[in-house]
Amino acid sequence: MGNFGFTLIKERHIDFDANDKSIAEYISDREPSFRICIECGCCSATCTSGNFTPFSLRELQILLRRGENNKVKDEIRKCMLCGKCTLVCPRGVNTRNIVMLAREAFQKQEKYAV
Amino acid sequence: MFSMDGQIVIVGGGAAGMESAGQLARSGYHVTLIEKETITGGHVRNWYHLFPDRRDSREVIKYFDDLINHKNITLLTGLKVEGIDKHGMSFIVNTNSGTEIKADAVILSTGFDLFKSERKEEYGYGIYDNVITSADLEVMFRKGEIKLHNGVIPGKIGIIHCVGSRDEKVGNLYCSKLCCVTAVKQAMEIKEILENARVFCFYMDIRMGGALYEELYRESQEKYGINYIRGKVSEVSVNIDNKLVIKAEDTLVGRPLKMELDMLVLMAGMEMSESSKSISESAGLATGENRFFSPADHHFGSNKGNVEGVFYAGTCTAPMNITETISHARAVVSDVIGYMNNGDR
Amino acid sequence: MKKEGKKKIWSEYQKEIADDHFFYVRSCIRQSFFPGSEQFFLNFMRNVLGKDVYENPSHTTCTGIGYHSDIVPFATLMTVVARHFALMKESGYKNIAISCVTSFGIYTEIIETWKHFPEELEKTREYLYKATGREFDIPENMAHTSDIIYKFRNEIAALAKNLLINKKTGEPLNIVEHIGCHYSKMFPKHGVGGAEFPNVLGGMIEAWGGKVVDYPERRHCCGFGFRQYLVQANRGYSLSNTAKKFSSMKPFKADLVLTNCPGCTMFMDKWQYTIKEMEGIVYGEEGESIPVLTYEELAGLVMGYNPWDLGVQYHMVQSEPLLRKLGIAYDPDNKFKTKDGRQMPVPENLINV
Repeated sequence: MGNFGFTLIKERHIDFDANDKSIAEYISDREPSFRICIECGCCSATCTSGNFTPFSLRELQILLRRGENNKVKDEIRKCMLCGKCTLVCPRGVNTRNIVMLAREAFQKQEKYAV
Repeated sequence: MFSMDGQIVIVGGGAAGMESAGQLARSGYHVTLIEKETITGGHVRNWYHLFPDRRDSREVIKYFDDLINHKNITLLTGLKVEGIDKHGMSFIVNTNSGTEIKADAVILSTGFDLFKSERKEEYGYGIYDNVITSADLEVMFRKGEIKLHNGVIPGKIGIIHCVGSRDEKVGNLYCSKLCCVTAVKQAMEIKEILENARVFCFYMDIRMGGALYEELYRESQEKYGINYIRGKVSEVSVNIDNKLVIKAEDTLVGRPLKMELDMLVLMAGMEMSESSKSISESAGLATGENRFFSPADHHFGSNKGNVEGVFYAGTCTAPMNITETISHARAVVSDVIGYMNNGDR
Repeated sequence: MKKEGKKKIWSEYQKEIADDHFFYVRSCIRQSFFPGSEQFFLNFMRNVLGKDVYENPSHTTCTGIGYHSDIVPFATLMTVVARHFALMKESGYKNIAISCVTSFGIYTEIIETWKHFPEELEKTREYLYKATGREFDIPENMAHTSDIIYKFRNEIAALAKNLLINKKTGEPLNIVEHIGCHYSKMFPKHGVGGAEFPNVLGGMIEAWGGKVVDYPERRHCCGFGFRQYLVQANRGYSLSNTAKKFSSMKPFKADLVLTNCPGCTMFMDKWQYTIKEMEGIVYGEEGESIPVLTYEELAGLVMGYNPWDLGVQYHMVQSEPLLRKLGIAYDPDNKFKTKDGRQMPVPENLINV
């Protein structure tokens, strides 16, 4: 059939049940403090990378919990591992380790160097 | 001039009523405690374990029952107070049986009603099989089992905060204060009964403003793996398998979220008790926009109102937890004794 | 699903619907796309029930479609509507029967505005008088025509020749009901049953023997959106919302979609064709699409009127599967013939044929 001039748009909701949450589980099993994040944003506020890129650890860790892994896979590389986030976290989350574990999880999943 | 011979009537035999009755009795005053149900105890009787330390509510009920077991207390149950008439310095308390009781001072401890969750039509309480309230869940806890309508064990349970509170559509702008900590407590209790269940709390804010509350929140995440999603659930529906489908926005990601759940628990807020409406109208007692009794002064007059000789104790003034209710009830005793001794405010 | 809970809500949203002496205001879209609907309504009310339904030849479009597309300003809209009220006053009518849900939405919106902002009412009186010399009163009763058919649903059931039952299986038909957003979402108290569990169409379906289907996206908007749909580049956004509703209702195996809004009927009907062409997806059973009817068309079928007289053949999705389920006889040869028997060109790309 001919060109309608418009198309169907993909829905943008997070389909929680369909998403793969194994990356988050991988991190949570190895870094228990991953569970106690309250998403206050203190980490993202002080973040070195976040100054110049959309990198936000607060957002990325939520996306992992929701299984929106594709959005995190490349973004997580922007972390400079400076440790400023770990310094300021009020809950004492080991944020640097979470970044390292995320990278490790993706690497194991994809079997290529991240 | 009043004295120890004066008659004090306390309307409402819940936590505040029983505490103030017990303390006044022990100070030597004669108290008539009137309760509209056949047993005292109010809402506390309907809870299983209480925050913050998860102790059995039956211990607290026992404390109250022992407290009002005093020769200075006349307990009248199954009697509903309809109004108070002031004549000079004394009061006639009118009940639904036609009995009139004379009083020199009246304490109103009429408590709260739980918000009727069917009013939040979009959540389908009373329509969809597996939508229950926090109060319904406490009953399940007491029985030691959590089951769906068809007897199956639920695997995914959602909790919605702020049902009937902070909500203009139902006319309650205020925060009910205790629902967030109740949600956290109940989430943990669910996990203790159903180890493999996944629990999701949908909140607007997490308000942990009480002693040990924030610690509970942390424990719920650390030990029990409770999931918290910031976003108010806007609608609930059912799919072909009779599973509940919720729509919320994951506000911290900025995208809508769709999830299937087996069961949904609504954190019903606190409202001014319906039964106190006729009382406040009869005596011209001032109520606030939130419909609770207005205090004479927010700082040092929270047990008094606009009518001399009528005092308030407990959740008929504002949402408060059991600890605060007991403290508030002990405070009213001090006000009442002052009034009885001096005849002035 | 607990029926008592729904009944409780419905009892709290009982709106007053007038009984007789209606001033009828037609719908721009329904007249063109679903010609049999308004004809049925007038025929039923006047000839079957013997009611007085008056149409004024000076009645115009309410311009709601222009208002929602940001072309007609609110002041103009109020004046146009006020003119209709003036026509009502001049013809001596106090009850208005509104055919279109968008119209219904703007009438209720305007009247609520006048209630809260009396200065707007005064301004409108001034504008109308200056423009036309007319004066108006606010109607006593405002009903949508689906409210009126709802009110007389039991009378229709009593005259029913074809109840909404699958003749082959003996089971009630599964019917999806879709309420136009402007019917009750803006002012829930102006809708029968409120906004969350509306009952205006559900009540009709149950009175006529059918079964109402509830599905997750029941409350979702069809996506009409006016300014979204009218601009071709934005149309995909509108289309996608209808697609969302259909994918959600597919597992429930609906036999029919019943709507009370012209835009929604148009969308739910026509987009099934578009989605089929674009993606090859159909939402009915066995490769069929789901017929979408207006409540007047359905009432007509229930009462035994000839389907071609009701104009169901002018929908994109053809109703033959539904007619077979209902056991209604139809003559395929007469489908696209004029009233006096001349053959009209037969449309291409008919679905379900």
